[in-house]
Amino acid sequence: MQSPGPILALDGVRFRWPGRAPFSLSVPGFTLARGETVLLLGESGSGKSTLLSLICGTVTPAAGTIHVAGTDIAALSGGRRDRLRAERIGVIFQQFNLLPFGSVRDNILLPLRFAPERRARAGDAPAAAAALCTAIGLPDDVLGARAGTLSVGQQQRVAVARALIGTPPLVIADEPTSALDAGSQAAFLDLMFGQVAAAGSALLMVSHDPRLADRFDRTVRIEDIARMDRQAA
Amino acid sequence: MILRLALASLAARALTVAMTTLAIALSVALFLGVEKVRTGAKASFADTISGTDLIVGARSGSVQLLLYSVFRIGNATNNVTWESYLDIAARPEVEWIVPISLGDSHRQFRVMGTTEAFFERYRYRQGRSLEMAEGEGLGDLFDAVVGAEVAATLGYSVDDPIVVSHGLASFTDHDDHPFRIAGVLERTGTPVDRTVIVSLEAIEAIHVDWRGGAQIPGRSTPAETLRGMDLTPGAVTAALVGVESPLQTFALQRAINEYPEEPLLAVLPGVALQELWAIVGVAETALLGVSAMVVVTALIGMMATLFSSLNERRREMAIFRAMGARPLTILALLVLEAMLTAALGAGLGLGLLYAGLLVAQPLVDAAFGLWLPIEPPALRELWVLLAVVAAGAIVSLLPAIRAYKLSLADGMMVRT
Repeated sequence: MQSPGPILALDGVRFRWPGRAPFSLSVPGFTLARGETVLLLGESGSGKSTLLSLICGTVTPAAGTIHVAGTDIAALSGGRRDRLRAERIGVIFQQFNLLPFGSVRDNILLPLRFAPERRARAGDAPAAAAALCTAIGLPDDVLGARAGTLSVGQQQRVAVARALIGTPPLVIADEPTSALDAGSQAAFLDLMFGQVAAAGSALLMVSHDPRLADRFDRTVRIEDIARMDRQAA
Repeated sequence: MILRLALASLAARALTVAMTTLAIALSVALFLGVEKVRTGAKASFADTISGTDLIVGARSGSVQLLLYSVFRIGNATNNVTWESYLDIAARPEVEWIVPISLGDSHRQFRVMGTTEAFFERYRYRQGRSLEMAEGEGLGDLFDAVVGAEVAATLGYSVDDPIVVSHGLASFTDHDDHPFRIAGVLERTGTPVDRTVIVSLEAIEAIHVDWRGGAQIPGRSTPAETLRGMDLTPGAVTAALVGVESPLQTFALQRAINEYPEEPLLAVLPGVALQELWAIVGVAETALLGVSAMVVVTALIGMMATLFSSLNERRREMAIFRAMGARPLTILALLVLEAMLTAALGAGLGLGLLYAGLLVAQPLVDAAFGLWLPIEPPALRELWVLLAVVAAGAIVSLLPAIRAYKLSLADGMMVRT
């Protein structure tokens, strides 16, 4: 946290899909400053899911470095990549973010289970979860409810709370509004931005919708930072 | 929290989990039930006779001698003459001796001629002696004492008349000399329950007018005359012997086996029981094997259910992964879930066993004379339950490893 460098820095990254040898994705360079909010625009199939997997460390590049909060995630072992993800990154999916059978409280606290430092940052974790719930406009009694009983909009808000518990320095959101209607989208984005700003986290959000651009510090097109190659076999 | 989530995940799939649990519970109850019956049968088998050091009979096989003298199964091929009996009784090693005379029957039950010493010396279930439930022992020549099952089956009580039939499953009755029931014995869970006991002299008395297996036509000696006669038997079927000191058992056994006047056989009841059990034990082992296979089948059913649930749970695993769970955690989660299911099934199976025992105990006792004790689970049973949980963990490893690979490949993204 104390290191002054960017929260995310990709350098000379090259990734090959297993079993699809001729294709590769290369990212010559991409950085995200601390506290910065960036919109990553790209159509489906443009490699953005792969890029997110690389950043989160669930896949590893064939070459290059990916520094998350100063640590090269590509050089770590599988277990330590998972640990780093738990400690440093909050993740919000398009939808189905929550374990439907678990309580809202357990869903929010789940990342802390795998991240002792983040748990320590959160302080009194259940109280932090309750505070986040209040902040995102969910009534207190929702904490004990089964996540599956919530509406889609409520579930996405719980996902924001989960991504931000323990204030990770980086939040990654993968088209979090795509399952919401237009009216809810704006409200959701307000809420997410408010929480990210309150936590001082950086936000990397992937979307195909350029109209969202003016909310972000910076907008990046995936084709400007990443290249899909078909290599000679 | 992981445990709570695993439980919640199980609860969310309550129906399939309940079915799997039920299958495991039934198989565990079956296995433990078979085990219970097996140990119960073995114990009641071994408890049939105790305190007797040697059983003596005409030379045949040790198992055969045990079967007809103690279990009233099959017949003696030959008798022991009264002279030989007296010779053995007179030996210094012999502390006590009880003669047994078999061969007649009453309905489906066997009649055994013996002496008062039988009631004093016969021991079952680690040294328990026979007790009268009703009435008293043999007093008059034509007194009979019946076992609990005889009384229960035929509705007999003290002072009822009872007619002994000649031989086994015969149509000729010793109806000229009816007996009186003098006493009914307490239930013992041994073949004594199914025996009509009369005195050795009474056996002799009812055969006074018989030659070669048939009544001499027109002859029927009155009871009063019989009471005055010398009713010393010519032979007995077998004898139970107690020795002065256990050290002398083998010497006495050898002496009887080498008795020059007549081919005799003396066996140690415990050894003969072991031999008999070795024969019966094959079926018992097969039964145990079959019920173990049923448990394995139930566990494989659980494995199949886990496999089929994997695809619909990829999203769940992706969430765990995104939150920083290692693939190993995913594997552990599935194994934990299987262990919980197996533990639930095993616990429920134990409950089913006790419920079944409560219902079946009196029925089994009445039908087979087999008393299945209801006791807290023995260490052995706890090991079985533990083994079921462990086996559940082992069979769940296959689907868990598949989940591990899926979650490695999927990462946080599930392409659906």
